[in-house]
Amino acid sequence: MLKQTEGSKAVAESIALCRPEVICAYPISPQTHIVEALGEMVKSRTLTPCEYINVESEFAAMSVAIGASAAGARSYTATASQGLLFMVEAVYNASGLGLPIVMTVANRAIGAPINIWNDHSDSLSQRDSGWMQLFAETNQEAVDLHIQAFRLAEELSMPIMVCMDGFILTHAFERVDIPSQEQVDGFLPPYEPRQVLDPVEPISIGAMVGPEAFMEVRYLAHAKQMQALERIPQLAAEFKQQFGRDSGGLVRPYFTEDAETIIIAMGSVLGTIKDTVDEMRAEGHKIGVLGIISYRPFPLEQVRAALINCKRFVVLEKSLAVGLGGIVATDVRMAVTGTGLRGFTAIAGLGGRPIPKSSLHKLFREAEQETLAPVTFVDLDHDAVNKQLERERQTRRSGPIAENILYDKGIASAAKFG
Amino acid sequence: MSFQPVKFYQTGTYTVGNRLLAADNSSVQSDTTRSNSINSGHRACQGCGEALGARYAIDAAMAESKGQVIAANATGCLEVFSTPYPESSWQVPWIHSLFGNAPAVATGIAAAMKVKGRHDVRIVAQGGDGGTTDIGFGCLSGMFERNDDVLYICYDNEAYMNTGVQRSSATPPAARTATTMPVGPEPGNVFGQGKNVPEIAMAHGIPYVATATVADLRDLEYKVRKAINIRGAKYIHIFVPCPLGWGTASHDTIRMARLAKETGMFPVFEAEHGEITSVSKIRHKLPVEDYLKPQKRFAHLFGKRAHPETVARIQAIADRHIRKYGLWDGEEN
Repeated sequence: MLKQTEGSKAVAESIALCRPEVICAYPISPQTHIVEALGEMVKSRTLTPCEYINVESEFAAMSVAIGASAAGARSYTATASQGLLFMVEAVYNASGLGLPIVMTVANRAIGAPINIWNDHSDSLSQRDSGWMQLFAETNQEAVDLHIQAFRLAEELSMPIMVCMDGFILTHAFERVDIPSQEQVDGFLPPYEPRQVLDPVEPISIGAMVGPEAFMEVRYLAHAKQMQALERIPQLAAEFKQQFGRDSGGLVRPYFTEDAETIIIAMGSVLGTIKDTVDEMRAEGHKIGVLGIISYRPFPLEQVRAALINCKRFVVLEKSLAVGLGGIVATDVRMAVTGTGLRGFTAIAGLGGRPIPKSSLHKLFREAEQETLAPVTFVDLDHDAVNKQLERERQTRRSGPIAENILYDKGIASAAKFG
Repeated sequence: MSFQPVKFYQTGTYTVGNRLLAADNSSVQSDTTRSNSINSGHRACQGCGEALGARYAIDAAMAESKGQVIAANATGCLEVFSTPYPESSWQVPWIHSLFGNAPAVATGIAAAMKVKGRHDVRIVAQGGDGGTTDIGFGCLSGMFERNDDVLYICYDNEAYMNTGVQRSSATPPAARTATTMPVGPEPGNVFGQGKNVPEIAMAHGIPYVATATVADLRDLEYKVRKAINIRGAKYIHIFVPCPLGWGTASHDTIRMARLAKETGMFPVFEAEHGEITSVSKIRHKLPVEDYLKPQKRFAHLFGKRAHPETVARIQAIADRHIRKYGLWDGEEN
């Protein structure tokens, strides 16, 4: 059913259609509206049978999900940013135990400085946690990816994060097609656990494992993700057949066939990038876009195939590998090993910094000219940074960094610290 | 689960207790159909109080629930000695997730059972004092506050024994641990304010809180059986001496637990909805020295460079317990 609705609300409806049995809720912006909406559905018994548990922390949220999933219940939670970091120990535990929990990550920056706005630092910090990570480009895709995620997670008995840009998607009202219960039931069978805590057949889960078997257990997590590389496109095709639209898959090429320059990105910024590319194409630029939907597993082959005929690529990412450059860029470079392709990394939009078309036009043209630095920080205020660096050279007690930058940029008019 | 009757070879001895009593009077452990939830062959130290306490507790839970128990376990001695891969001593469905999340994992299991209509299944979470009073404390409080249908059992041996006897918030004042060495002018653990988790559990107003020791295993069985029949959050704090960490003889585990109770160091009581409903009285009141002296972790308080003032402070703690809980009906001496 077509609706004009908020992204979080749409995702909540999608989750409800997946018939979750245990939902753990802890508030953190910008995912809060999702669990609020689900809470109302459980309370009003429109979503039943389902246990909705208001936990005392994100660590507890993931831990409750672990217990519920191990006891055979379809389990869901949502988080973001600091919340994801607070539950990290349990995040790794869920994948190590092979529990198919689905979690929405409303992507948000990580402090300090505390910042509620969107970038991809949070879920990318869990790159190696053993969770699959699917990135939605639109709210429609966020709705659809959750349905696919439960199916994939439960098939492989491994957990999945569905990542959607905080505020940009979670709080945006737009047209979304919410599937019917019959459609979702036709795609997503009831959860049949591979392991379950049941007095009828007692098993031990979570035993101590030494060097004699640990590597095999970890390798299996990798093997499962390699299987997911095959299953993700198949599920997307099946989804298209049943729901009538393209959603999910590993990568999404856009005018890549004849492109000399290809821009690679994840999430909602793909919209702005495509608009920019449309305008440049109209001017005759041979430029294309490759959206990455599946960040983990990372589709090395598909990325390589999409890039193999271009001359250069730019990975535009909302994340920063401090001391290196790009996080996604590192993976993309691995995909094109040996091709001699020229690659650029553009760090953009950290902490919600807007990524306007004007900046992208400039960036993409410089890429075409190959005048870009290997790592570019889009719209970074170098003056403000240099002022702070100079201050630190001048004064030992230079004071708190963020407060100084705000002062230098004229945002804070309060007395200077330090 | 398939039934395997226990064979008692040493009939005519006291090895397995009072099995000649009438069924309704006999202990779970003396029953040939006991579930052996933690089977033999695990790797606990000789004289381990925790292994003993856990065996009695989980078998009692199994007996009372007619075999419908699922257990969640925090990281710690109990987890490590019972499940070195690929072996497991557990004959109940059992999960270990992390050090600090056993109460939350249990909440998840309870939620799953509720949503599936398995109302007969009872959930037990268990951990040591570190996993309960320190790192798992947040999750424990959350589980209490929501009144989730979980029985949490803390096996308190008063330090992080699994990692090599480091101080926890349950370590008593002056005790030697690997991180509170008996050196300097104030040897051993600090005199903090203490962290009385049974009382903190009571402050949550949960339906049932109890303390017990491995010196009175019938009392422990009774409390577990009682707790299993109560819906909502339950907490049982079991005092389990640790020969390794305390520097006591393996054969003195039960004696140490009894001395802790008889000196007033460890009050044994029950509480419902935040109110104390019963107290196990001291039968033969003893000075704390009797409890402290056999333990190497308190050895620095005695001998050549004795600290009688420290012993007096510990006695004052025991006296406060005795007054507060009404543990002693006899005359003050």
